[in-house]
Amino acid sequence: MANLRISNVTKKFGSLTANDNVSLQVSEGEVVALLGENGAGKTTLMNILFGHYVADEGDIEIDGIKLPPGSTDAAIRAGLGMVHQHFTLAENMSVLDNIMLGTESLWSLKSTVSRSRRKLESLADEYNLHVDADAGISDLSVGERQRVEILKVLYRGARILILDEPTAVLTPAETDQLLANLKMMVAKGMSIIFISHKLHEVMAISDRVTVLRHGAMVGEIETRNADKAILAEMMVGRKVTRPKAEVLEPGSDVLRLDNICVRGNDKKTDVLRDISLNIRENEIVAIAGVAGNGQRELAEVLNGLRPWHKGTFKFGGEVVSKGDARAFLRMGFGRIPEDRHHTGTVGEMRVWENLLSEKLRQSPFWKFRTLIDFSAHRKKAAELIEQFDIRCNSMETPARLLSGGNMQKLILARTLTADPKFILANQPVRGLDEGAIAFVHEQLLAARTKGAGILLISEDLDEVFSIADRVAVIYHGRISQLLDIRKTNLQQIGAMMGGDMKAVA
Amino acid sequence: MQIEPRENISPWRVIVAPVAAIIVAFVLCAFLIAWTGEPIIESYGYLFKGAFGSRFALSETLNRATPLIFTGLAAAVAFRAKFWNIGAEGQLYFGALAATILGTGAITLPPVLMIPFLFIAGALAGGLALLGPVFLKTTLKVDEVVTTLLLNFVILLFVNYLLEGPLKDPMSLGWPQAASIVDEGVLPELMARTRLHIGFLVALAASILIWALMRYTIWGYEIRAVGANPNAARFSGISINRTVFLVAMLSGGLAGMAGITETAGTKGYLTLDLSPGFGYSGIAVAMLANLNPLGVVISAIFLAGIYVGADSMSRAVNIPTYIADVLVALSVLSVLVSLLFVQFRVRWR
Repeated sequence: MANLRISNVTKKFGSLTANDNVSLQVSEGEVVALLGENGAGKTTLMNILFGHYVADEGDIEIDGIKLPPGSTDAAIRAGLGMVHQHFTLAENMSVLDNIMLGTESLWSLKSTVSRSRRKLESLADEYNLHVDADAGISDLSVGERQRVEILKVLYRGARILILDEPTAVLTPAETDQLLANLKMMVAKGMSIIFISHKLHEVMAISDRVTVLRHGAMVGEIETRNADKAILAEMMVGRKVTRPKAEVLEPGSDVLRLDNICVRGNDKKTDVLRDISLNIRENEIVAIAGVAGNGQRELAEVLNGLRPWHKGTFKFGGEVVSKGDARAFLRMGFGRIPEDRHHTGTVGEMRVWENLLSEKLRQSPFWKFRTLIDFSAHRKKAAELIEQFDIRCNSMETPARLLSGGNMQKLILARTLTADPKFILANQPVRGLDEGAIAFVHEQLLAARTKGAGILLISEDLDEVFSIADRVAVIYHGRISQLLDIRKTNLQQIGAMMGGDMKAVA
Repeated sequence: MQIEPRENISPWRVIVAPVAAIIVAFVLCAFLIAWTGEPIIESYGYLFKGAFGSRFALSETLNRATPLIFTGLAAAVAFRAKFWNIGAEGQLYFGALAATILGTGAITLPPVLMIPFLFIAGALAGGLALLGPVFLKTTLKVDEVVTTLLLNFVILLFVNYLLEGPLKDPMSLGWPQAASIVDEGVLPELMARTRLHIGFLVALAASILIWALMRYTIWGYEIRAVGANPNAARFSGISINRTVFLVAMLSGGLAGMAGITETAGTKGYLTLDLSPGFGYSGIAVAMLANLNPLGVVISAIFLAGIYVGADSMSRAVNIPTYIADVLVALSVLSVLVSLLFVQFRVRWR
């Protein structure tokens, strides 16, 4: 018996077709993985399913009954539950409060706390999802928060669970725990739609895989008949091989940090403690770690945007006394920021204006030390657009209209054209599709061959192991010693990311 | 109903939208005129004639537009960098104070030097009036909307005190007004026997200069970048505080110059009713112009025309001059809405 049936859903946004005649079916006790690159239409489809958007065409049925379009309420009542990639929890409230939130009748004067607590406890026992009901959300780890999110939808009676990129913020161990929990739920008759672009997880958990590409369904395959290579090819539409690093002998230190300590936004407590690190010519050093362990602050220090109050910072053998973004750029720093939209580009400004934002005060790009030399800028911008294959209508297009991959190419072009001696690549491939990932990695490896020292901050261990030479793990503002990538393995780094620094030895 | 962003914005839409919006404002206002029982077309006819219908009307409109161009530029420059200077009124009076202190006899130079000297002094004084708010914003992150707005009242009361005390003209027969600007400092007439003075030309020059600054210089680039995305600006090595300071000095300086055109041009001396809210109207001027410095000239003349025309309309038919404020307010609102239609499309289903 079909539990959930999505038939022939089409959704257009202007000239963009986000979903093109997509059909999907999930039965009781089945895990269907929805696989696709960013922008393939996974999230749009789930938003239609959940009533956030109204489809232009097509129906959704649960147990043979049609869902009214555009009603989130009806979707929840029919048994759908969604666990969002970004948690939707009130940080200052307890677990129980968060779970009850919105379920009590506004017309009742009586609170139902004790009944809710009993219901929560029985759910937690049934699915082995234990959390302290009275703990504040802000005291919980990321894995525990996700458990609260899952309990929240179960509490509302969900029988079909949708998980949107659930492992993006988890350590490898937490991921294993989550997958075990999901298997148990399925065994008890739940249905799961698992949205991801991580192939090994899809292989591990799903019964069936549906692949979306550019909004259209490109195929459906039983997981036992699939392997990673087949899925990758279906997802991207062609064979993609990520580039591998060639062996190079590293040169002298480009950048060296000794016992750097950095204060947090409260200006009192240290968020980075005794960071020591060196990056040499012709090498890529990776900083692995789960998000929120000090990566952002470390990146800000290296971008010249955050001061340090202890330790020495050396660049090319010279001591750098304080952070200064403009001075760092002049010294030969290159930077690929974590967030393309937030810090990487000025969306309202044109492509060429963004391409050369770091070169304004250099000849030949200015005249009389005040005026912008438009022709020099346009000539250089045209070269970069050609060289880095940035797809845009013209260089006069506002940067915000570029796709994620093209925006990242723009930033790469801006950074690499300065021939930097040191490059900080902070999550350079986050949210990019396979083709763009390969391009970014090729460019970084080419810069490494030319002699640059590169610091790669990444949460994706596949990325770390495919291009880095050495790796350190950051955890709670402290950094492990640097390990040779050939002398370590995924399990060891994964354990360190979870805080087990003893795994170093 | 769904609202979707447009992918490419055609240039004619950018021009047509505000014009259509202003027509809408006039249509809406027609209901109010009909309510008073006066004929609509005829009333608007008086308004137009009063604003642009004769040599005198035109000179009055352009005279009224002069300070509005300056305060409009002050708002346009500041808002482009998302520095919300609501204090142009106070900065205008600071400029006027500078003209009074320096231009009523303390310093006398030949006119070719005296007039530029007064403009520079007024600009510096206007900038000075913004030093406090900009310093509080860059060091303590105090919201400039609050500080600049409240400073208007502080400055107005301070001017009031000066006019009742130290700066009071002994020859004024007890009126709270300052001494007249010396003859060398008075802005010459632009049209014979009218109040239109060369301040209007200075305002035109200022708008062209500001337009060129925003478009062709590195400063302009940095101001636009800081306004559009301060995080990205900071990341690419632009100092936010320095840019905000520069913007504040430009904005305050432009507003201060409006004080010069009024004391040294239109009136000849400082009084407490020097400005009927030019500082605040400047915000409307800038919004109507979509923050474009050249557009500021057109929208300032438009607003001045409505105010001047409404005066003469109220003399001819029985409609209060407050209709001008309603018309301006409706124009600003409908232009803002029309700008949404430029960027987004609405789809009905």
